[in-house]
Amino acid sequence: MSSTVGITATLNPRAETATVMEPSMVEIDRLSLYYGDKRALKDVSMSIPKHRITAYIGPSGCGKSTLLRCINRMNDLVDGVRIEGTVRIGGSDIYERSVDVTELRKRVGMVFQKSNPFPKTVFENVAYGPRILGVKNRSDLEGIVERSLRGAALWDEVNDRLHESALGLSGGQQQRLCIARAIAVEPDVLLMDEPCSALDPIATARIEELMLELKNSYTIVIVTHNMQQAGRVSDYTGFMLLGELVEYGVTRELFTNPKDSRTEDYITGRFG
Amino acid sequence: MSTPLAKTLRGGEPFIWLTGGALAISLLLVAGLIGLIVVNGLGFFWPKDVVRLTLADGRVLAGQVVDREPVPGAAGQHRIKVKVANRDLYGADFQWVDEGEIVRREYPPDIAVIERTEWGLLIGMLRELRQGDAVVARGADATRDELRRRLPEAAALRRQIRDIERRDIGAINHAQERLRLRLRGLERRGITSGPEVEQIGKEVAELQAQYQAQAARLTALRAGQVGSVVVTSAGDKEKVLPLAQVIDVYFPNAMSGGAKVWHYLTRVWEFVSAEPRESNTEGGVFPAIFGTVMMVVIMSILVTPLGVLAAFYLREYAKQGPFVSAVRIAVNNLAGVPSIVFGVFGVGFFIYFLGGSIDRLFYADALPTPTYGTGGILWASLTLALLTVPVVIVATEEGLAAIPRGMREASLALSATKLETMARVVLPAVMPSVLTGLILAMARAAGEVAPLMITGVVKLAPSLPIDGFWPFVHLDRKFMHLGFHIYDVGFQSPNVDAARPMVFATTLLLLTIVVLLNLFAISLRNRLRRRYAMSAV
Repeated sequence: MSSTVGITATLNPRAETATVMEPSMVEIDRLSLYYGDKRALKDVSMSIPKHRITAYIGPSGCGKSTLLRCINRMNDLVDGVRIEGTVRIGGSDIYERSVDVTELRKRVGMVFQKSNPFPKTVFENVAYGPRILGVKNRSDLEGIVERSLRGAALWDEVNDRLHESALGLSGGQQQRLCIARAIAVEPDVLLMDEPCSALDPIATARIEELMLELKNSYTIVIVTHNMQQAGRVSDYTGFMLLGELVEYGVTRELFTNPKDSRTEDYITGRFG
Repeated sequence: MSTPLAKTLRGGEPFIWLTGGALAISLLLVAGLIGLIVVNGLGFFWPKDVVRLTLADGRVLAGQVVDREPVPGAAGQHRIKVKVANRDLYGADFQWVDEGEIVRREYPPDIAVIERTEWGLLIGMLRELRQGDAVVARGADATRDELRRRLPEAAALRRQIRDIERRDIGAINHAQERLRLRLRGLERRGITSGPEVEQIGKEVAELQAQYQAQAARLTALRAGQVGSVVVTSAGDKEKVLPLAQVIDVYFPNAMSGGAKVWHYLTRVWEFVSAEPRESNTEGGVFPAIFGTVMMVVIMSILVTPLGVLAAFYLREYAKQGPFVSAVRIAVNNLAGVPSIVFGVFGVGFFIYFLGGSIDRLFYADALPTPTYGTGGILWASLTLALLTVPVVIVATEEGLAAIPRGMREASLALSATKLETMARVVLPAVMPSVLTGLILAMARAAGEVAPLMITGVVKLAPSLPIDGFWPFVHLDRKFMHLGFHIYDVGFQSPNVDAARPMVFATTLLLLTIVVLLNLFAISLRNRLRRRYAMSAV
């Protein structure tokens, strides 16, 4: 996984290859996904660098969430999904028959668009993952919960109500709780599916701040509708359109000097 | 179109009245029904004053006025219905009297109402108390005092006799039955002699001796009860009533308000705690309460896991499609099948097939007397569980559908398996809905009568399904049920008129029990809801 590779930007012949020498975490190779007969992802190839934030932008329905959910195989839950190509994490293909999905999801955490804490206490929410993994010792759990909540910058706000319902938290707090819950199992990769779309600007700013801290320990892949957000937090950005990865590269370059005219149209607001 | 009418219609005002009116009518009907039951049911226990009526033709009646209505065909005239009791003397409990014929109404303070073990109430004047042939007390006051002094003794004696019959002789019967079965078992294996058979014979003889001893005790106790009270009823009929039959005596006309309230409360307590007498028309309904509650509890224990598991499969595991939709519709419609059909199924499948098989396998020694191959509380509960399982399935399914997908995904994304997700996230979150279903199921089951009549409810069960004999819980036993009790007392008893207040009282009790069971389940649900409150989003 620590092999240094060049990031091949797209299959689009017109786009130039953005090569940034970084150790990669996730490698997606010629990935296609079909819902029944409908092809939702078309030959997507990309390499996601370790301990960086990679953002997917694009108009609604372009397949960016689908692509994200390929990385922890959440698409498996949908009936009639078929996948071609490979997704490698740390060198091994996660779509191989022998792969245990729960093992995979231990390494790839996920935060969803709508905050979805369990109807349990704050403590039990964070302890959920570790408990699934078999941690029973109370003091171990307490340590994990505190560390995760601190990691999600939530500890100071909730340490006096750990044993109250998580549903009593504010929207932003709930989303950070979901992040704490995801990092409690110490994954390698953290997938975030529009994590701020339901939050106000202040809560959004806190989450973004948090992401910048988290990237020191985790590889983060984020789907966002908000181009400013992608610009603010991500190191790399991929622009998707109609299931295709149109352009992929260093964020600053993609925004200031897009190679593809479609990317340019999108980021300048001519459509989308 | 801007006529005032069109405007009003567009404003929606009439629609509000229409909907509100519909609700009001429904509420009125329900309130009327409950009011009728409450008034009649609660009034039953009140010690009504006894009136002595002298009629124009010289007849004298004494009794409690229970009804008043216009005389058909005679305008302005009323007649009253008097409960004269003394069924053994007059042949009927009630008499209609035209008010026009009444010459005098009196409320003599020394008129007594006697509750006894046979023939219903006795209303009359106390005259004397005898011990054997000797007169112990004479005159109303002396007889009353002596009677009151002796009543506790008579009650103790009655209790003692009942204890011997139930507990001591019951235990002997129980042991004898076990020996008989052991003997039968040996016989079936071809052993008709030998040490084992002899041993059993010896034990049987021993039990027989024990039984004789108890029977002798009973005879002695009964022979000791030689007291009797002589009562003169209105119309100068005389009744010699053995003290052993007297349960209670009171003088409603002389009672103060407080005494009446106290008497009322003791009657209510007797009603809910005592066993029925006189083919259920008197006494209490405790066995029926017990049977009803136990049946509902067993049904709940059976129906909840079944319904919840079925709903989980339908909603969480089955591939949604036309087949699952068809199953869902079929399940919903199952709730509309007449309950007697479930009863017939219960008889055919549970009792004859399952019960018969169990008997052949495990209780062969007792055959041809069926053990499980006949109606019993287990089969009745199972039948009702079948009847109510659609309710639980539907409620659970709706609850499952309301749980956001995100919650399941969050769990799966945390590397939980589907099973772990179900057990740790979905099941706790759906529990309030499960309880809602269970509440509806219990309400339905507690009020159901038709399927029970053929699957194990009886008019009078000799013993409760739980008692002191091993294995303590007897699921094969027949039981009593309040709903059936209402039917039986109200329509099958020899004296429907006298039993009618009992019907109302029992109905009220059944309603109360259903409400209590529901309140319990609702409070449980609210506690769960608070714990697993769904996000407001």
